Amino acid sequence: MAQLKKILAGSFAVMMAATMMAGCGDSDSSSSAGTDTNSNGGSTSTDGKDSKKVYNIYCWNDEFKSRFETYYEPVKDTALWEGVEVNWVINTNKDNVYQTKLDEALKTQATDDMKIDLFLAEADYIVKYTDSDASADVKGVIGLTDDDLKNQYKYTQDAATVNGVLKGVSWQATPGLFLYNTTYAEKVLGTSDPDKVQEQLSDWTKFEEVAAKMKEQGIAMVSGFDDTYRCFSNNVSAPWVTDNKITIDPQISAWVEQTKSWTDKGYNHKTSLWDENWTADQKIDSNTFGYFFSTWGIPFTLLGNTLATSTDDGGKAEVGNGGYGLWKACLGPQSYFWGGTWLIACATSDNNEITKDIMLKMTCNTDVMAKITDEQQDYTNNKEAIKKLIDGGYKNEFLGGQDHLSLLTEAAEKVDLTNKICAYDQGCNEKFQGAMKQYFLGNATYDEALATFKTEITQLYANLSMD
Amino acid sequence: MKKKSISYAKWGYIFLIPFFVVYIIFALVPLVQTFYYSFMDRYVDTGAISIFNPTGNVVDNGFCGLKNFKDVLIGENAQFTQAFVNTIIIWLVGFIPQIVFSLLLAVWFTDIRLKLKAQGFFKTVIYLPNVIMASAISLLFYSLFTKGGALDTLLNSGGDMSLLDQVWGARGIVGFINFMMWYGNTTILLMAAIMGIDTSLYESAQIDGANPTQTFWRITIPLIKPILAYVLITSMIGGLQMFDVPSFIGSDMGSPSGKLKTIVMIIQTGKDSAIGQVGAISVLIFIISAILGFLTLKVMNDEPGKKKKKKPAKSR
Amino acid sequence: MPRSADVVGESTGKTSLMIRRIIAYVVLIFLVIISLFPFYLLIVNATRGKVQNGIEFVPHGVLWSNFKNLFSKDTEHIYGNILGSFANSFLISGLSCILSVYFSALTAYAIHVYDFRIKKIAYTFILLVMMVPTQASALGFYRLMIKMGLIDSFIPLIIPSIAAPSVFFFMKQYMDSSLPLEIVEAARIDGCGEFRTFNSIVLPILKPAFAVQGIFTFVASWNNYFTPRMILQTKKTIPLVLQYMKAQIQGNPQIAHAGIMNLYMVLAILPVVIVYLALSKFIIRGIALGAVKG
Repeated sequence: MAQLKKILAGSFAVMMAATMMAGCGDSDSSSSAGTDTNSNGGSTSTDGKDSKKVYNIYCWNDEFKSRFETYYEPVKDTALWEGVEVNWVINTNKDNVYQTKLDEALKTQATDDMKIDLFLAEADYIVKYTDSDASADVKGVIGLTDDDLKNQYKYTQDAATVNGVLKGVSWQATPGLFLYNTTYAEKVLGTSDPDKVQEQLSDWTKFEEVAAKMKEQGIAMVSGFDDTYRCFSNNVSAPWVTDNKITIDPQISAWVEQTKSWTDKGYNHKTSLWDENWTADQKIDSNTFGYFFSTWGIPFTLLGNTLATSTDDGGKAEVGNGGYGLWKACLGPQSYFWGGTWLIACATSDNNEITKDIMLKMTCNTDVMAKITDEQQDYTNNKEAIKKLIDGGYKNEFLGGQDHLSLLTEAAEKVDLTNKICAYDQGCNEKFQGAMKQYFLGNATYDEALATFKTEITQLYANLSMD
Repeated sequence: MKKKSISYAKWGYIFLIPFFVVYIIFALVPLVQTFYYSFMDRYVDTGAISIFNPTGNVVDNGFCGLKNFKDVLIGENAQFTQAFVNTIIIWLVGFIPQIVFSLLLAVWFTDIRLKLKAQGFFKTVIYLPNVIMASAISLLFYSLFTKGGALDTLLNSGGDMSLLDQVWGARGIVGFINFMMWYGNTTILLMAAIMGIDTSLYESAQIDGANPTQTFWRITIPLIKPILAYVLITSMIGGLQMFDVPSFIGSDMGSPSGKLKTIVMIIQTGKDSAIGQVGAISVLIFIISAILGFLTLKVMNDEPGKKKKKKPAKSR
Repeated sequence: MPRSADVVGESTGKTSLMIRRIIAYVVLIFLVIISLFPFYLLIVNATRGKVQNGIEFVPHGVLWSNFKNLFSKDTEHIYGNILGSFANSFLISGLSCILSVYFSALTAYAIHVYDFRIKKIAYTFILLVMMVPTQASALGFYRLMIKMGLIDSFIPLIIPSIAAPSVFFFMKQYMDSSLPLEIVEAARIDGCGEFRTFNSIVLPILKPAFAVQGIFTFVASWNNYFTPRMILQTKKTIPLVLQYMKAQIQGNPQIAHAGIMNLYMVLAILPVVIVYLALSKFIIRGIALGAVKG
């Protein structure tokens, strides 16, 4: 018993100390936070006192955060930011967690002191937030003018416009391309010239013929099931949901049919988007011909994955390191777009001046935009900046000196979102791809996979029904 | 004594206040609320959001009788039934090895003739996984078995499907984690029960020339039946609440093919939208748990071996 | 082995015992490996780099740099505030643990020592609600917390532990066996107030029970993923960071850092493992005690 008492006393002491420390650490992390350290995980002192004002941004990953820190911080209007610190709230997009958390926070805006100032939305669910009183009018309330916005691609504005009111702005345009491995193009097609390759890939029939040729050489045309998905899903005739009814568009069915047949024929490596083998297939010698990627695919994914020695292990992003310089881009069989992030001002924010400053500098400012494109290979939403770069003889070293901006410009003009997106796209796309995977793998029949999708989607959106 | 306690009675009430106030606010009211929801045809359109009319996306068609129960039990989309079957299968995958190994270990640890050494060490180690964060173990297993993960490359080099993509593979992994986390606990419970058996029974069996297998089936098993039943039922109650492991291994969708979707996962994913149906599912969990709980009490109280069980527990 | 022992001589009995012993040890060692292997792997992986291909059994040398990285700004970009998650988890679990054992003991004391009209009813009520799984009321709980504006607050994660029926039950059992009413009587004769008697005389007697139940409550709260996932938004506890880590493996594998992730998991389970190893004797005794009586 004596021994127990000793251990007990000790453990209680430790626990108390830990709790105290936790308390301190907690308040510490909010009070000593600089302008941007207070990320998710830490608690924030929002309860007035003499504390600094907090500018709250909701997002799902660190992409915008790092852009913000690299490109906005140096040019921000310091007078506006006097005494204001930024607080990032990051929740994962997966399984609708981001939307759920954002919605709960928005619903308490009218009363709560945890005010959201700015939040981000993807094309897959932007309608939900633009078609709502949660978002502020970019022109009328925030104060951006038509002149400020003139260089943005129209489709990026259309996507965020509801009843003629612009509710969000984006710093990137996300037209899609087909990026291919030049070594395999030489080997199988006899050329790696983008124009000539494009000729052989200009529609799905030709594309499939090439896939067959690739297969003979032991090369997979694409890595996995989901690679071609966006080509189809962005060309649907009607959105996933109309009048609370889910319909599987013929384009979506076409994707299922094509992918199943390609899987059976061995035109892919049966990977899923983002999984480790899908990533590994981006190495230059992995027997995978190409990837459908939007503009962000290069800096965010392909570039890092194709290097033989990763930058974390001291490798450099330069020719000679793995696949750097050995990829090229063409338009591919079908025009599409993929992704895109919009900034939406929260209607109840009392920091509209700051929001205006961010929106102006991060989505309209030609110099900042040009800089981002040049340094980050992000295709920014600014025609003038892009044109300037192209006219300046833009060459992308990663793509072996190709000027892919011209291609992207061509693709961006073709993007049309009319009657294609709805508020439920994120759930529908994610759950549909997830369910169909089992069909492609041969673990389930199409009907079984469809039933899984139906169960999932009606659980997620109880107001929807499906025949 | 009696006289005195009367004058102190108010302290009894006072000391009960914190418990009951907190319980009523944080558990009883929510429970009643949940029951109420289960009879309401109510759902939220999560494809819409409003700041100034936060309930504007709630569709409320009022009282709907047992419609929600019908939908989740036998409807075209019988969520509860599907998830219940999934849960039971996953639970069994873990429970069967769990009970077999636990019995084996408990018998060995308590066998006086076997005289196993380092029992303290073994007990400490086998119980260890039980206190570890289930989500951390699951994340580790996920990263090992996901396509291209360490164990996946080892077991399945170049194969198309990782274990996580196969229904039985995924069930097996979840079952294995559950087994790993719980067999130590079960072993200790069974040991306590076996040690409660009168040793003279074993001695006379030995004199009569019974071998260990006979002793096991004829003496041990019949006498620890109540605790076996207790282990079975409490494990089932725990199994019904399974959430962390399958949701980390198979995501909220319960991949592959929704076969890892457990009942509690529906509550977590549907709480924002399908309020009426999730209410019905919660009530069903409540009912099943109540039945199982009642059974536990019954086996613990009815068995004649009860007295014998209690004594050693106190002496230890 | 199912041969009858009476035809088998003494020596065969000894050999068979020997064989059984060997089998027992082999199985035990096998189970020990199974139980420890994941943790060993976790520790090895915590000493490895960002991208980890294949399985390794020997620790690498980058533990310290992983450790420094874990609390760096870059990691905060990828996984969120790491230190904050530890602080939050400690705060929630520590307070839950203290409140739970203290108030459960108080409740059990009320039932154990005093005689009053609703005593029986109250006791039965608490025993009955012990059967109600928290998940059954989760929907109502979540909706109520939204209404009360307690979403993203620690209150719904801490305060409910005041009413913990199973801890109460254990305390009551413990009092039955080790808290004679005479002690309370004696304190009263000495002029000790009721509340003071409880705090200064009864609590010390209950310390062993506090230890076992305190650890269980702490561990349960520390490991809880279900409730924080419903309630928290801007703040994260450890399991919620793990959830985000998994999302990063799936969504941004190129920035996910396997070494840091594994080190984080090691640190996440370390406090519990240390307390467990220090007190395992009492914990294991506690399980057997609680259950057989249940």
